[in-house]
Amino acid sequence: MSFLQLEKLRKVWPGGAVAVNGVELAVARGEFVVLLGPSGCGKTTTLRMVAGLELPSGGTIRLDGRDITRLPASERDIGMVFQFYALYPHLTVAENIAFPLECAGVPRAERLALARALAERLELTALLERRPRALSGGDQQRVALARAMARKPAVWLMDEPLGTLDSARRAEMCDFLRAQQLEHGVATVYVTHDQDEAMRLADRIVVMSAGEILQVGPPHEVYDEPAGLFVARFVGSPGMNLLEARSTGRALELAGARAALHFAREVAPGNVVLGLRPEYVRLAASGVLTGRVALDAFMGSHRYVHVETPAGRVVALASIDAPSAQGEQVGLEFDLRGVRLFDPASGSRIA
Amino acid sequence: MKLVRWFVLLAYLALAAAPLAWMALSSLKRRDDTIAPHAKFLPASSAVDDSASPWFEATLAAYRDLGAVHAGAQESFLGHLGSSVVIGLLSTVASVALGTCCAYGFSRFRVPGAKDWLFFVLSTRFLPPLAVVVPVLIMYRALDLQGTHLGLIVLYTVFNLSLAVWLMKGFLDEIPRAFEEAALVDGYSRGQAFLRVVLPEARTGMAVTAVFCLISAWNEYGFAMTLNSSGAVTVPAYFAGLQGNIEGMPWPQIAAGALVFVAPITVFTVLVRKSLLRGMTFGTIKQ
Repeated sequence: MSFLQLEKLRKVWPGGAVAVNGVELAVARGEFVVLLGPSGCGKTTTLRMVAGLELPSGGTIRLDGRDITRLPASERDIGMVFQFYALYPHLTVAENIAFPLECAGVPRAERLALARALAERLELTALLERRPRALSGGDQQRVALARAMARKPAVWLMDEPLGTLDSARRAEMCDFLRAQQLEHGVATVYVTHDQDEAMRLADRIVVMSAGEILQVGPPHEVYDEPAGLFVARFVGSPGMNLLEARSTGRALELAGARAALHFAREVAPGNVVLGLRPEYVRLAASGVLTGRVALDAFMGSHRYVHVETPAGRVVALASIDAPSAQGEQVGLEFDLRGVRLFDPASGSRIA
Repeated sequence: MKLVRWFVLLAYLALAAAPLAWMALSSLKRRDDTIAPHAKFLPASSAVDDSASPWFEATLAAYRDLGAVHAGAQESFLGHLGSSVVIGLLSTVASVALGTCCAYGFSRFRVPGAKDWLFFVLSTRFLPPLAVVVPVLIMYRALDLQGTHLGLIVLYTVFNLSLAVWLMKGFLDEIPRAFEEAALVDGYSRGQAFLRVVLPEARTGMAVTAVFCLISAWNEYGFAMTLNSSGAVTVPAYFAGLQGNIEGMPWPQIAAGALVFVAPITVFTVLVRKSLLRGMTFGTIKQ
């Protein structure tokens, strides 16, 4: 049996809007699960129900076999990092970290010693006597993490904790968070709309949209084998190239293509959406498709070349050795191993 | 432009400060100098013989006399100041405490018909308070609250409560819920979270609310005069009661007493103004 288990979890707001619709999720001991989705998809509401800050309209939450669905937040044994940290402004950093321990009945000297020890591990020692207001975003973030760790809770919950940091700091904090999580082996549920963060952190990613789970899987699986058009578009930056095509059974016809693509498997004839990650598209002197380069985006270690073709816009991954192709006419070659097919009507995966 | 600004400010200062200055001067006079046919507005350190001169001999006698009981009164000014302090402070504490609790409920929980309730709370201020003075007088007579500290404390608390609820709701709405939620997750009950996390954040708001409540209770005259003309008489009613006194109005003592009476409110307001400036950024949560 898994450690944290959500069964048919539902949340309907007064007024009838459905925020979370039948979420089923099992988190194992020590697992890092990321809820990923656009804003309003119900990921934060799901997390808040686990924390006990929102009462579910239906379904069950189990922690270590115990039904905690209707338990007050204070009795759930949870550590939470909030989006805007929510450090207590009237307390010093040391008092903030020690605050959960005070409630647990740990004597003052002992809890301040514990706070000091935690602060040392998170490199906060110099800041212990400061007020949260006087700290940078990254430091506040680490204090919030220390506070969530202080009581050694059974589960960590994190609600977009890196959302307010600049990108360099965010990447650094991401790795730091993951290292801390691995070291403590605490089951963690992390909410974000940033797919880079999700892939960087997660053991498993849960992609959500409109209150429902669309796909659960390890990052590489969610990235390589998206269950539907939504996941294909949302995961990866840039997302998967999606082109309208026609299947004739063994071949795929693309508008403006020089030749039909020969797909390895049989597909029912009809309209399909062809998905292909940029790394399976190569610039070539001549290729399946040709078009004009609309944007040649330099990314540091590689480039993304956006090409306007008769079949639609296609992004190709290119090395930085070649000069910028901005405005040029280029050919595109497809690596068919990367082709994923979707049903245009339902958005679900065909092959 | 700068000149105009100075001119306007100075003119306003003169207008606002002149009565206070006159009162300060009067508090240094002897009674004869306050009712002399020629205005006396220049303090001197020695006796002045010329009755037409604007000079008068400054003395602190009026202040030393604040403890004296005048004809027609039962207590000295200091005794009445004590009543004012007790009534003003206790009613302020009660208004702010009740108002904060009530506002917290409206701010954080889904109260059925919350808007109507809040409007009802506000509507108690639509009526001029003095319009209900007669019914209150009859009730207080029946309850034996006339002339007591408790009577005015309850009355001022009730009258200030609507203001306290509305002001505190505004301040509490500004405090992010995430603070309490963090405390809940950290293991605290809702009540503990309110006391340990919300109240410290609401200090500024409570101080501001307290100033408003204190000022209105401290200066209230109509009810104090009607309900407490004897017994626990507050300073405004005491001053008014000195009229028609057989010895004539003790102007220097009234001036001195009025200055002493104004001082605590002024100090309190200035203190809160400082905390207002400091406390307007509510913590570290960006919004």
